[in-house]
Amino acid sequence: MKNSSSNDKKQQFHLRKRPFVIVAFFLALLLVGVVTGEPPQVLSQAVQICLSCIGIG
Amino acid sequence: MEVIRKFVQTITAILYNGYWAFPVTKTIYQGPIKVICSPGLNCFSCPAATMACPIGSLQQMLAGVRSAFEVGQYHVGLYVIGSLGVLGGFFGRLICGWACPFGLLQELLHKIPSRKFDVPRPLRFCKYFILLFFVVLFPLFLVDEFGFGQTWFCKFICPAGTLEAGLPLLALRPSLTSAVGLLFFNKLIIMIVFIVWSVLSSRPFCRTTCPLGAFYAFFHRVRLVKLRLDTTRCTHCGACHHVCPMGVKFDESPDDAECITCLKCMHQACKYDAISLEAGGIPLGGTLAGGPLQTAPKENG
Repeated sequence: MKNSSSNDKKQQFHLRKRPFVIVAFFLALLLVGVVTGEPPQVLSQAVQICLSCIGIG
Repeated sequence: MEVIRKFVQTITAILYNGYWAFPVTKTIYQGPIKVICSPGLNCFSCPAATMACPIGSLQQMLAGVRSAFEVGQYHVGLYVIGSLGVLGGFFGRLICGWACPFGLLQELLHKIPSRKFDVPRPLRFCKYFILLFFVVLFPLFLVDEFGFGQTWFCKFICPAGTLEAGLPLLALRPSLTSAVGLLFFNKLIIMIVFIVWSVLSSRPFCRTTCPLGAFYAFFHRVRLVKLRLDTTRCTHCGACHHVCPMGVKFDESPDDAECITCLKCMHQACKYDAISLEAGGIPLGGTLAGGPLQTAPKENG
């Protein structure tokens, strides 16, 4: 009885692994970006008003 | 549930734009939090913005990739793409439905009483074109004599930038009006078109133009949190078609790339408990019943 119940649960809650693989892949990209020093560049660009970027000038 | 979603949308919009000292300082927020890319579309030149716009950041990275390589910095936007990919893997376009200020604005505009029109479905492909060309290829390859590209989407299209940054900055610094030219009026027209279109149609910018939504749409089959359809309970009554703000026919395509997981079909339409929310295969809400589930049919993992 217990085994069949757990089998039912397994069928009902089939864990999808692909989302975790995708997240791990992009997390690795993010970390490579961090290691190569991209965040300071993002910050330096984000704290400046880019007038041409918003259509002024 | 709709009240909760509106609450979450409002809170995230406030968090993205939490620098309220700008009327005094007359400048934008320049603190360290701005290194974080906001999950939703929110211009980082907005005086109140506390986070970086991922689309703007990615374009700036790609536009300056040659000069970065010349000084030995291999900056190709992996930090931004990685940030977006992690969010996309977890939530996909749920972010569009729950955590995008420009999405919230369009929803509020659509509440204005008027005759309503549907957005022609083929127009949804435009946003992928805009992502590929205006966000990636043009900034990367159309460069000036010094090797610098331009932020094509921000400069020529983004109505969020005009509304959140262009107009407020002109109000804060009237001296900038001398620099306003044809380009700004062109963007102003685009913004007005989307504002009027949002009154007449549901989320037209998200459905036709948003490159961030296009990026998150790539995760529609593999994202962790998604809706699923219980085919044994679905009667194909079509109730879910009428409430969907993105024009998705959920019973026909439960993994539709346009689905923003606003849960309207689950809570406001389906009377048969055929739609439920799940995370990685584990039910979170709606029906908890088993049975053949029509979600991610091509996925085995």
